[in-house]
Amino acid sequence: MAKYLLLKHYRGAPAPVNDVPMDQWSPEEISAHMQYMNDFAARLEKTGEFVDGQALAPEGAWVRYDGEGRPPVTDGPFAETKDLIAGWMIIDVDSYERAVELAGELSAAPGAGGKPIHEWLELRPFLTAPPTITE
Amino acid sequence: MDEVLLRSLTPSVLTVLVRRGADFAAAEDAVQEALTEALRVWAADPPRDAKGWLVTVAWRKFLDAARADAARRRREDRVEEEPAPGPAPAVDDTLQLYFLCTHPSLTPASAVALTLRAVGGLTTRQIAEAYLVPEATMAQRISRAKRTVSGVRFDRPGDVATVLRVLYLVFNEGYSGDVDLAAEAIRLTRQLAARIDHPEVAGLLALMLLHHARRAARTAPDGSLVPLAEQDRGRWDTALIAEGVGILQAALARDRLGEFQAQAAIAALHADAPTAEETDWVQIVEWYDELTRLTDSPVVRLNRAVAVGEADGPRAGLAALAALDASLPRHAAVAAYLHERDGDLATAARLYAEAAHKAPNLAERDHLTRQAARLNARRCR
Repeated sequence: MAKYLLLKHYRGAPAPVNDVPMDQWSPEEISAHMQYMNDFAARLEKTGEFVDGQALAPEGAWVRYDGEGRPPVTDGPFAETKDLIAGWMIIDVDSYERAVELAGELSAAPGAGGKPIHEWLELRPFLTAPPTITE
Repeated sequence: MDEVLLRSLTPSVLTVLVRRGADFAAAEDAVQEALTEALRVWAADPPRDAKGWLVTVAWRKFLDAARADAARRRREDRVEEEPAPGPAPAVDDTLQLYFLCTHPSLTPASAVALTLRAVGGLTTRQIAEAYLVPEATMAQRISRAKRTVSGVRFDRPGDVATVLRVLYLVFNEGYSGDVDLAAEAIRLTRQLAARIDHPEVAGLLALMLLHHARRAARTAPDGSLVPLAEQDRGRWDTALIAEGVGILQAALARDRLGEFQAQAAIAALHADAPTAEETDWVQIVEWYDELTRLTDSPVVRLNRAVAVGEADGPRAGLAALAALDASLPRHAAVAAYLHERDGDLATAARLYAEAAHKAPNLAERDHLTRQAARLNARRCR
């Protein structure tokens, strides 16, 4: 059992095969894409592999500590941020191979022309709890 | 109310329902409902006969569900009010439950979840919390597992080895939530050992007890890992060690060695050493040789290299390590340790940092990062 994070990027991932921005799809194509994502999550819940899925707004800000007694400094949003995360899904699966298989399926979500986007998803393993028996 | 006592009744209540003719999946749901109700009402009104109460309530839940199901399908209600006397069981029913819940057709995660619920009597929510997944996901994982084993005959003995692998997973790979999975694994393995005479079952139980004995010493107050050599051995649980050693000795006397007995023997040798310096590494290497013969596992060979380093010096350990694939998990950590013992602090620091980068869990990563930092600080002084 291992948890993996599937990261979807607005920007920063290598270009997909079907590289048409969403605002140039037809409304039906957008609906079909959303339906695919929802069905995928529902199916993972049925197989007992779904943990979480969330989407993020594209606009954010940088925040940092600015010293004792001072409010945090904020900066941004930056239109030019190179790496922009769109959302994530967390899965709990039996193997790395299964995680890759599922990421591949999610990447096949339909885009322009109803064809799969072939979008690059970032797959990251969670750090686990330490095992008890190590020697 | 004693929740562990309540849960210990789960398998026998479940098998009563199955013997009366309920199918496993429906019976298991009914028992789960009865347990939930028991948790709710027993605190104020404990029954005199706990098992009898659970059987009655579970059977009623089963009938209710079967009737609702039948009504839903607009079919004749064919479920009998009175329990049918089932055939006398040839094999211990609780033992059969272990075989069913760890059936080879199940994935490890499914087998773990089903075992904890049907044999362990934990609720779906408790299991979900223990493995950090939503309750709905865990519920689906369990019902899917039940569907997978729905065609499995209940009266055939299964493979003890698969049961042991699942119990080992419960013990070794869990988060530390409200449910104490290690204690639960020990309870389930004890219950199994009481029902089957098998040296490897005893071996696994001994292994768990010997490692559980070190639990208080294994982590510092801040949650960081304390390596075996640095643990305060005064905090080891001597009663658990004595019990583990006793069980192991009886198992070894049967002369049917297996991997769990060999692993327990190594743990027993550590338990036997009053200080880390007094550890009998020569004997430990011999047990690793046995383990290598039994499992041919690269992880065992890696641990053997550590033991060789202690028994015959770091150069010998590094020579043993050189024969192994460097891509093995924890290879860099072992190499770092042996190089440090050999006095090559620069290489050790570099390898500790590399090992930290590859560590599969946070506690180990922090530990390895601290090792690298410690050596770097010493070299810069």
